[in-house]
Amino acid sequence: MKPVKVENLSMSFGMGEAAVKVLPDVSFEVEAGECFGLVGESGSGKSTILLCVAMLLSAWSGRISIGGQSVRDMSVMERCRNLQMVFQDPYGSLHPRQSVRTALSEPIRIHKLGDMEDRMAQAMTDVGLPVSFLDRFPHQLSGGQRQRVAIARALILEPHVLLLDEPTSALDVSVQAEILNLLQRLREEKGFTYLMVSHDLAVVDHMCDRFAVMQRGEVTEVLGRDAILGGTATHPYARQLIEASLAYENAM
Amino acid sequence: METPILDVQDLRVHYRGAPQPAVQDVSFALGRERLGIVGESGSGKSTVGRALLKLLPTAEITATRMQFGETDLQAATEKQMLDIRGNRMSMILQDPKFSLNPIRRCGEQIAEAYLTHFRCSKREAKERALAMLEAVQIRDPHLVYDRYPHEVSGGMGQRIMIAMMLLAEPRLVIADEPTSALDVTVRLEVLKILDDLVREKGIGLIMISHDLNLVRNFCDRVLIMYAGRVVETLNAAELDRAQHPYTRGLLAAQPRIGGNRQPLPVLDRRPEWSQPMETSA
Repeated sequence: MKPVKVENLSMSFGMGEAAVKVLPDVSFEVEAGECFGLVGESGSGKSTILLCVAMLLSAWSGRISIGGQSVRDMSVMERCRNLQMVFQDPYGSLHPRQSVRTALSEPIRIHKLGDMEDRMAQAMTDVGLPVSFLDRFPHQLSGGQRQRVAIARALILEPHVLLLDEPTSALDVSVQAEILNLLQRLREEKGFTYLMVSHDLAVVDHMCDRFAVMQRGEVTEVLGRDAILGGTATHPYARQLIEASLAYENAM
Repeated sequence: METPILDVQDLRVHYRGAPQPAVQDVSFALGRERLGIVGESGSGKSTVGRALLKLLPTAEITATRMQFGETDLQAATEKQMLDIRGNRMSMILQDPKFSLNPIRRCGEQIAEAYLTHFRCSKREAKERALAMLEAVQIRDPHLVYDRYPHEVSGGMGQRIMIAMMLLAEPRLVIADEPTSALDVTVRLEVLKILDDLVREKGIGLIMISHDLNLVRNFCDRVLIMYAGRVVETLNAAELDRAQHPYTRGLLAAQPRIGGNRQPLPVLDRRPEWSQPMETSA
């Protein structure tokens, strides 16, 4: 259980005059064990922040730390033990020719953790899949089951922080409910810190304690969950987003 | 009731090589109204839309009745279908990024739709396209006309699609997840535009979606599909009073703003769900 701190993160794509500043100057803090949401329109840089935190993008400046330690100073091995990421589309994030067993055993082998079978069985049980599914390939799984495997793969190294990039937006409402329940249960049981990107305020309201509203790479406002119904947002875009989401829900 | 625009009885779609039909026993009549078709992925809702336009070359489509205005869609030849598609019946697809031709200017693509169905000069087609762009509330139609699809935002792209599909003033529009690829803030705007145009011109609308909120707000009537069958038909306003356990399950599984954050109820799927409900008299 470790806090995440992002300070003055800035990032551009491209060089010289053609450079596009994607993140001008982003700072926020996520407490240990908190579920923190990032919401905003597409292209506002939500996913880019996750990629920066995970060091999948490295050309950024500023400081990102997990439990006080900068992610830049961590070795790859150390970083993988600290944070793991779950991607949006379970159809794209699992290797089509690798069985679940291969996908789950690789990190254990690389990190020389031992008890391979036990760890894999535990991870499968944690995400609510039968252990016999280890021998299946992604095409033999439904979308929800694939996302469970992707979560199991993230859990297997027992990280402190999970980065969730729209973990349910490719799934049906009925399957989304299963995955959200699973994520909630895992956080209660294992005390993960979640950094979750979503465009759906209802999901954010269900999962997160606080969330940041982003627009054009900037965090316009960090709000508590109660600000959605309480109407305490001050930034015009945040208000617009909340109003649109509420109108969409038709205040049921 | 007035004569329906579309009358479908016992529609059945069987993809070649599949063990079971993807869609069976689907019947509905559509007047000048907005009909929603809801269901999870794989329930056959998009297949129904495509079957109506006969866009499924690898499937066997049968029905006891498939009447669209004066045309019997089952008996229609491909030549007749070419005349129907985009002219009398059109379809708006999910993602404008994939449904617009990336190497042609947006405006030309709209004008092309008009040129295909009406004998007119290119100039007239362009004027019609510009007027239509204005109708979908694009502020500077001339600017957007000359843009390529990658130069417009998702919301604008979808408005361009709507312009293209409504240009020929069809009698029926099938919108297949028209806003799932858009941000919430843009989503309502685009839906509003579609809704206004459909009402104004008296077009029948079939809205295919997995989003219960959307159909509740933008449709008059809703068909709920599960495993290729219609399990329930409801007035959109009475969605809360759904009887079928699948519909109720879907409604309950949706996280709500201001909800109690208890674990969400999940569907406990039962084999008997694929049977339509006994309608009580």
